[in-house]
Amino acid sequence: MHYSFDIERGNFTDAGHASASVKRTLKQLNVEPASIKRIVVALYEAEINAVAHAYGGKIDVEIDPEKIVMIVADEGPGIPNVDLAMTEGWSTASPKVREMGFGAGMGLPNIKKNTDELKIDTKIGVGTTLTMTVYLNA
Amino acid sequence: MILKDIIERLNLKCLNEANLDAEIKGAYSSDLLSDVMGNARSGQVWITMQTHKNVTAIASLKDIPAVIIVRNGEPDADMLEHAKEEDICILVSTEPTFQVCGKLYELIK
Repeated sequence: MHYSFDIERGNFTDAGHASASVKRTLKQLNVEPASIKRIVVALYEAEINAVAHAYGGKIDVEIDPEKIVMIVADEGPGIPNVDLAMTEGWSTASPKVREMGFGAGMGLPNIKKNTDELKIDTKIGVGTTLTMTVYLNA
Repeated sequence: MILKDIIERLNLKCLNEANLDAEIKGAYSSDLLSDVMGNARSGQVWITMQTHKNVTAIASLKDIPAVIIVRNGEPDADMLEHAKEEDICILVSTEPTFQVCGKLYELIK
Protein backbone atom coordinates (compact mmCIF):
# COMPACT_ATOMS: atom_id res chain seq x y z
CA MET A 1 0.00 0.00 0.00
CA HIS A 2 1.31 3.36 -0.94
CA TYR A 3 0.31 6.82 0.24
CA SER A 4 1.59 10.27 -0.69
CA PHE A 5 1.22 13.64 0.99
CA ASP A 6 2.46 17.12 0.12
CA ILE A 7 4.26 19.33 2.60
CA GLU A 8 3.77 23.07 2.40
CA ARG A 9 6.32 25.50 3.78
CA GLY A 10 5.32 27.12 7.04
CA ASN A 11 1.90 25.48 7.11
CA PHE A 12 1.88 24.35 10.73
CA THR A 13 -1.91 24.26 10.79
CA ASP A 14 -2.07 21.19 8.59
CA ALA A 15 1.09 19.58 9.94
CA GLY A 16 0.25 16.21 11.36
CA HIS A 17 -2.21 15.44 8.60
CA ALA A 18 -0.04 12.69 7.13
CA SER A 19 0.69 11.16 10.55
CA ALA A 20 -3.01 11.16 11.46
CA SER A 21 -3.92 9.51 8.19
CA VAL A 22 -1.20 6.86 8.52
CA LYS A 23 -2.28 6.20 12.12
CA ARG A 24 -5.86 5.54 10.98
CA THR A 25 -4.68 3.17 8.26
CA LEU A 26 -2.38 1.23 10.60
CA LYS A 27 -5.20 0.87 13.14
CA GLN A 28 -7.46 -0.53 10.43
CA LEU A 29 -4.70 -2.98 9.52
CA ASN A 30 -4.55 -4.08 13.18
CA VAL A 31 -0.91 -3.16 13.53
CA GLU A 32 0.10 -3.46 17.18
CA PRO A 33 -0.37 -0.20 19.16
CA ALA A 34 3.28 -0.05 20.28
CA SER A 35 4.46 0.08 16.66
CA ILE A 36 1.80 2.63 15.71
CA LYS A 37 2.98 4.90 18.54
CA ARG A 38 6.56 4.83 17.31
CA ILE A 39 5.59 5.36 13.69
CA VAL A 40 3.41 8.42 14.33
CA VAL A 41 6.07 10.09 16.52
CA ALA A 42 8.70 9.66 13.81
CA LEU A 43 6.47 10.76 10.96
CA TYR A 44 5.07 13.77 12.81
CA GLU A 45 8.54 15.01 13.73
CA ALA A 46 9.69 14.61 10.13
CA GLU A 47 6.63 16.50 8.89
CA ILE A 48 7.27 19.33 11.33
CA ASN A 49 10.95 19.49 10.38
CA ALA A 50 10.06 19.89 6.72
CA VAL A 51 7.38 22.50 7.45
CA ALA A 52 9.69 24.48 9.73
CA HIS A 53 12.94 24.32 7.77
CA ALA A 54 12.26 23.52 4.12
CA TYR A 55 10.50 25.18 1.20
CA GLY A 56 8.15 22.32 0.52
CA GLY A 57 8.29 18.61 0.09
CA LYS A 58 6.63 15.28 -0.22
CA ILE A 59 5.93 12.30 2.00
CA ASP A 60 5.75 8.80 0.58
CA VAL A 61 4.62 5.96 2.79
CA GLU A 62 4.83 2.33 1.78
CA ILE A 63 3.20 -0.26 4.02
CA ASP A 64 3.66 -3.99 3.58
CA PRO A 65 3.05 -6.81 6.07
CA GLU A 66 6.62 -6.73 7.41
CA LYS A 67 7.42 -3.05 7.54
CA ILE A 68 6.51 0.55 6.94
CA VAL A 69 8.90 2.78 5.01
CA MET A 70 8.33 6.54 5.25
CA ILE A 71 10.27 8.81 2.94
CA VAL A 72 10.09 12.51 3.70
CA ALA A 73 11.83 14.46 0.95
CA ASP A 74 12.09 18.23 1.10
CA GLU A 75 13.47 20.99 -1.02
CA GLY A 76 15.33 23.16 1.42
CA PRO A 77 18.56 24.38 2.87
CA GLY A 78 19.89 20.92 3.74
CA ILE A 79 21.58 20.02 7.03
CA PRO A 80 25.18 21.32 7.25
CA ASN A 81 26.19 19.01 10.08
CA VAL A 82 24.08 15.90 10.56
CA ASP A 83 25.89 14.81 13.74
CA LEU A 84 25.10 18.15 15.33
CA ALA A 85 21.48 17.97 14.16
CA MET A 86 21.19 14.55 15.82
CA THR A 87 22.29 16.06 19.15
CA GLU A 88 19.41 16.55 21.55
CA GLY A 89 18.84 20.24 22.26
CA TRP A 90 20.53 21.57 19.13
CA SER A 91 18.19 23.49 16.83
CA THR A 92 18.26 26.10 14.07
CA ALA A 93 14.53 26.88 14.33
CA SER A 94 13.39 30.50 14.06
CA PRO A 95 12.09 32.41 17.11
CA LYS A 96 8.54 32.21 15.69
CA VAL A 97 8.76 28.43 15.42
CA ARG A 98 10.18 28.21 18.94
CA GLU A 99 7.35 30.30 20.33
CA MET A 100 4.94 27.65 19.14
CA GLY A 101 6.82 25.10 21.23
CA PHE A 102 8.79 23.61 18.37
CA GLY A 103 12.53 23.89 17.89
CA ALA A 104 13.52 22.14 21.09
CA GLY A 105 16.16 20.19 19.21
CA MET A 106 14.38 16.92 19.87
CA GLY A 107 12.94 16.18 16.45
CA LEU A 108 15.68 14.10 14.87
CA PRO A 109 16.59 12.37 18.16
CA ASN A 110 12.88 11.44 18.56
CA ILE A 111 12.89 10.09 15.01
CA LYS A 112 16.03 8.05 15.64
CA LYS A 113 14.58 6.58 18.84
CA ASN A 114 11.31 5.61 17.24
CA THR A 115 12.53 4.01 14.02
CA ASP A 116 14.42 0.79 13.36
CA GLU A 117 16.35 2.31 10.47
CA LEU A 118 16.96 5.95 9.68
CA LYS A 119 18.80 7.21 6.62
CA ILE A 120 19.47 10.92 6.13
CA ASP A 121 20.49 12.14 2.68
CA THR A 122 21.12 15.83 2.66
CA LYS A 123 22.67 18.30 0.26
CA ILE A 124 23.30 21.93 1.12
CA GLY A 125 21.03 24.24 -0.85
CA VAL A 126 19.11 21.34 -2.38
CA GLY A 127 17.25 19.51 0.35
CA THR A 128 17.00 16.62 2.74
CA THR A 129 15.48 13.18 2.39
CA LEU A 130 14.73 11.07 5.43
CA THR A 131 14.07 7.39 4.93
CA MET A 132 12.53 5.90 8.05
CA THR A 133 11.76 2.21 8.45
CA VAL A 134 9.83 0.53 11.22
CA TYR A 135 9.41 -3.25 11.22
CA LEU A 136 5.90 -4.35 12.10
CA ASN A 137 4.96 -7.00 14.64
CA ALA A 138 8.64 -7.40 15.44
CA MET B 1 -9.82 9.14 39.14
CA ILE B 2 -12.03 9.84 36.14
CA LEU B 3 -11.68 13.02 34.12
CA LYS B 4 -15.09 14.36 35.16
CA ASP B 5 -14.04 14.35 38.82
CA ILE B 6 -10.72 16.03 38.04
CA ILE B 7 -12.57 18.82 36.22
CA GLU B 8 -14.73 19.35 39.27
CA ARG B 9 -11.95 19.15 41.87
CA LEU B 10 -9.63 21.50 39.95
CA ASN B 11 -12.48 23.81 39.03
CA LEU B 12 -11.65 23.69 35.33
CA LYS B 13 -13.63 25.33 32.57
CA CYS B 14 -14.56 22.79 29.90
CA LEU B 15 -14.52 24.09 26.31
CA ASN B 16 -14.98 20.74 24.65
CA GLU B 17 -16.54 17.87 26.52
CA ALA B 18 -15.02 14.51 25.66
CA ASN B 19 -13.67 11.45 27.46
CA LEU B 20 -15.33 12.53 30.72
CA ASP B 21 -15.40 8.98 32.05
CA ALA B 22 -11.79 8.23 31.09
CA GLU B 23 -9.68 6.97 34.00
CA ILE B 24 -6.74 9.33 34.40
CA LYS B 25 -3.64 7.79 35.92
CA GLY B 26 -1.08 10.38 35.00
CA ALA B 27 -0.29 13.70 33.42
CA TYR B 28 2.49 15.34 31.47
CA SER B 29 3.35 19.01 31.67
CA SER B 30 5.34 20.67 28.91
CA ASP B 31 5.16 23.50 26.41
CA LEU B 32 7.72 21.87 24.13
CA LEU B 33 5.81 19.87 21.59
CA SER B 34 8.60 17.43 20.76
CA ASP B 35 9.01 16.74 24.46
CA VAL B 36 5.36 15.72 24.63
CA MET B 37 5.66 13.80 21.37
CA GLY B 38 8.67 11.90 22.70
CA ASN B 39 7.80 11.42 26.35
CA ALA B 40 4.08 11.72 27.13
CA ARG B 41 2.19 8.44 27.40
CA SER B 42 -1.22 7.62 26.05
CA GLY B 43 -4.04 8.21 28.52
CA GLN B 44 -2.22 11.03 30.29
CA VAL B 45 -3.63 14.53 30.65
CA TRP B 46 -1.44 17.22 29.03
CA ILE B 47 -0.88 20.48 30.91
CA THR B 48 0.37 23.33 28.73
CA MET B 49 0.12 26.99 27.85
CA GLN B 50 0.25 26.32 24.10
CA THR B 51 -3.07 27.09 22.42
CA HIS B 52 -2.66 26.27 18.73
CA LYS B 53 -3.87 23.43 16.55
CA ASN B 54 -0.66 21.42 16.79
CA VAL B 55 -1.60 20.73 20.41
CA THR B 56 -4.68 18.78 19.36
CA ALA B 57 -2.74 17.17 16.49
CA ILE B 58 -0.25 15.80 19.01
CA ALA B 59 -2.92 14.92 21.58
CA SER B 60 -4.74 12.91 18.95
CA LEU B 61 -1.60 11.13 17.72
CA LYS B 62 -0.55 10.30 21.29
CA ASP B 63 -4.05 9.27 22.48
CA ILE B 64 -4.12 12.01 25.08
CA PRO B 65 -7.73 12.33 26.26
CA ALA B 66 -7.58 15.85 27.69
CA VAL B 67 -5.53 19.03 27.55
CA ILE B 68 -5.48 21.52 30.42
CA ILE B 69 -4.57 25.03 29.28
CA VAL B 70 -3.12 27.02 32.15
CA ARG B 71 -3.46 30.67 33.17
CA ASN B 72 -6.74 31.25 31.37
CA GLY B 73 -5.24 30.63 27.95
CA GLU B 74 -7.64 30.77 25.05
CA PRO B 75 -7.38 28.04 22.43
CA ASP B 76 -7.32 29.13 18.80
CA ALA B 77 -10.61 28.55 16.98
CA ASP B 78 -9.09 25.87 14.73
CA MET B 79 -7.65 24.08 17.77
CA LEU B 80 -11.09 23.89 19.35
CA GLU B 81 -12.66 22.74 16.12
CA HIS B 82 -10.01 20.06 15.75
CA ALA B 83 -10.59 18.96 19.37
CA LYS B 84 -14.27 18.41 18.53
CA GLU B 85 -13.39 16.32 15.48
CA GLU B 86 -10.84 14.26 17.38
CA ASP B 87 -12.76 13.96 20.68
CA ILE B 88 -10.20 15.63 22.89
CA CYS B 89 -11.38 17.30 26.05
CA ILE B 90 -10.20 20.93 26.25
CA LEU B 91 -9.99 22.37 29.76
CA VAL B 92 -8.89 25.75 31.05
CA SER B 93 -7.52 26.64 34.47
CA THR B 94 -7.19 30.13 35.86
CA GLU B 95 -4.03 29.01 37.66
CA PRO B 96 -0.45 28.69 36.40
CA THR B 97 1.27 25.40 35.57
CA PHE B 98 2.88 24.84 38.97
CA GLN B 99 -0.40 25.05 40.86
CA VAL B 100 -2.29 22.90 38.35
CA CYS B 101 0.41 20.23 38.44
CA GLY B 102 0.58 20.26 42.22
CA LYS B 103 -3.14 19.88 42.69
CA LEU B 104 -3.47 17.22 40.01
CA TYR B 105 -0.54 15.30 41.46
CA GLU B 106 -2.23 15.25 44.86
CA LEU B 107 -5.41 13.90 43.27
CA ILE B 108 -3.98 11.08 41.20
CA LYS B 109 -0.58 10.19 42.69
